[in-house]
Amino acid sequence: MISAQNIIKTYGNKTKKTQILNNISLTIADRSFTVILGASGSGKSTLLNILSGLERPDSGSIRYADTDITFLSDSQLTEFRKEKIGFVFQQYYLLPNMTAEQNIRMGADLAGNPDYRETIRAVGLENERKKYPDELSGGEQQRVSIARALAKKPDFLFLDEPTGALDEKTGRQILAYIADIHQRCGVTMILVTHNQNIAEMADTVIRMNSGRIETEQKNQTKKTAYEIAW
Amino acid sequence: MNGIIEALGGIWNIRDAFAEGALVTIQLFVLTMIFAIPAALPVALGSNCKIPPVRWLCKAYIWIFRGTPLMLQLFFFYYFVFPFIFHAPQVSALTIAVITFSLNYGAYLAEIYRGGIESIHKGQYEAAYSLGLGKTTTMFGVIIPQTVKRVLPSVSNEMITLVKDTALVSCISLSDLFRVVTKQVSARSNPLLYVAPAIFYLIFTFLLTLLTRFLEKKFSVTGEKGSEKK
Ligand SMILES: Nc1ncnc2c1ncn2[C@@H]1O[C@H](COP(=O)(O)OP(=O)(O)OP(=O)(O)O)[C@@H](O)[C@H]1O
Ligand SMILES: [Mg+2]
Repeated sequence: MISAQNIIKTYGNKTKKTQILNNISLTIADRSFTVILGASGSGKSTLLNILSGLERPDSGSIRYADTDITFLSDSQLTEFRKEKIGFVFQQYYLLPNMTAEQNIRMGADLAGNPDYRETIRAVGLENERKKYPDELSGGEQQRVSIARALAKKPDFLFLDEPTGALDEKTGRQILAYIADIHQRCGVTMILVTHNQNIAEMADTVIRMNSGRIETEQKNQTKKTAYEIAW
Repeated sequence: MNGIIEALGGIWNIRDAFAEGALVTIQLFVLTMIFAIPAALPVALGSNCKIPPVRWLCKAYIWIFRGTPLMLQLFFFYYFVFPFIFHAPQVSALTIAVITFSLNYGAYLAEIYRGGIESIHKGQYEAAYSLGLGKTTTMFGVIIPQTVKRVLPSVSNEMITLVKDTALVSCISLSDLFRVVTKQVSARSNPLLYVAPAIFYLIFTFLLTLLTRFLEKKFSVTGEKGSEKK
């Protein structure tokens, strides 16, 4: 379980401060699929970065089971990210000087997972594995980046607008992969998007507005990637 | 016409002096590259360092060595720093030239590296951190390898400039190619002897162009879509 309490984050210097996250508290159940919705600039990415330990909040606590990651030193936090989390970005951010396979393998090696080939198969990239990122389509690159994150066998998978740069067909395909992975691996997933429709696939939907949580709602029934509107 | 051919034939007569001068020029070039290329990296990192004194020191160094003429720096080290500050008048002109050139070129290269490092999208850092890489591994394993290809053209430009700048050392009476030939030109009243060093410099820079092209090919197996700064 992830439990965040009173998260505050500001950017800027002493003279001009902007509060990006305004006292956010939330809990995320193990193995659940949470979607965070909100307009552009509402602080979704910032919240995701802080929950995953990529950034530190100004104040507040973030507990993973019995560890409060805000108390970890930089190297402990790095270790935590290595062992526990996977992250998928809208712009993929693959290493351009490595092939798809090498990118995925890097995730696997870091986590000491010997079987990266299984992950390549899981995202259907066997034929593309020797290609470099710029030889792959956007959807394929996103699958590589999902595989790279999954190859670490993370307990928590964070996705920041994973379909934001993709067209409808590819976007649905990626979402289907994500939903399938969630079912099979029992990973806790937190996905950020401004696409309302994707929320219908989630267990829990959190709506953000100007750095605050507006509503939190549980879905009784979930839709698949091919049932939602786009 | 016959006179010109005869004068050009005079080049053969200065072959020993030519070889000696060329050797000094090549030594100066190679040693400067060996020192400046790696030494510029810590300066580049230092000029972006979070610790203010380190940053100031690196920036001041770059400012001074890029902001004053190389010839002035040569005079300053040769006539002042080594004899009066280091009390080492016995240090050879070649050593002093190599040190001055390395400091000067190190400053230019540091700025080139810094620009290259800054051109990498911050998402590449986030992606590396999310995988669980620490700051140092991210810099040396992820960021710098992507920078190499981008800075290659500028570094190659500097190398070509350096070939021609070596001629400046004649002002501290170091017998480089240019100085030896100049001596012969006045001793034999034959200005056409300058054709020989001209061809030498041209071949030298041409070889460097080939080397650059080879390196660029070697590093261009990779794409860059995901790492470009938007
Ligand atoms: N490093 C930073 N320095 C200063 N301001 C920042 C920084 N990162 C984010 N911000 C600001 O914080 C606010 C929230 O940014 P954030 O990226 O979290 O929004 P978002 O909800 O993810 O938006 P989008 O849907 O456009 O991605 C924005 O106003 C942004 O300008
Ligand atoms: Mg965002």
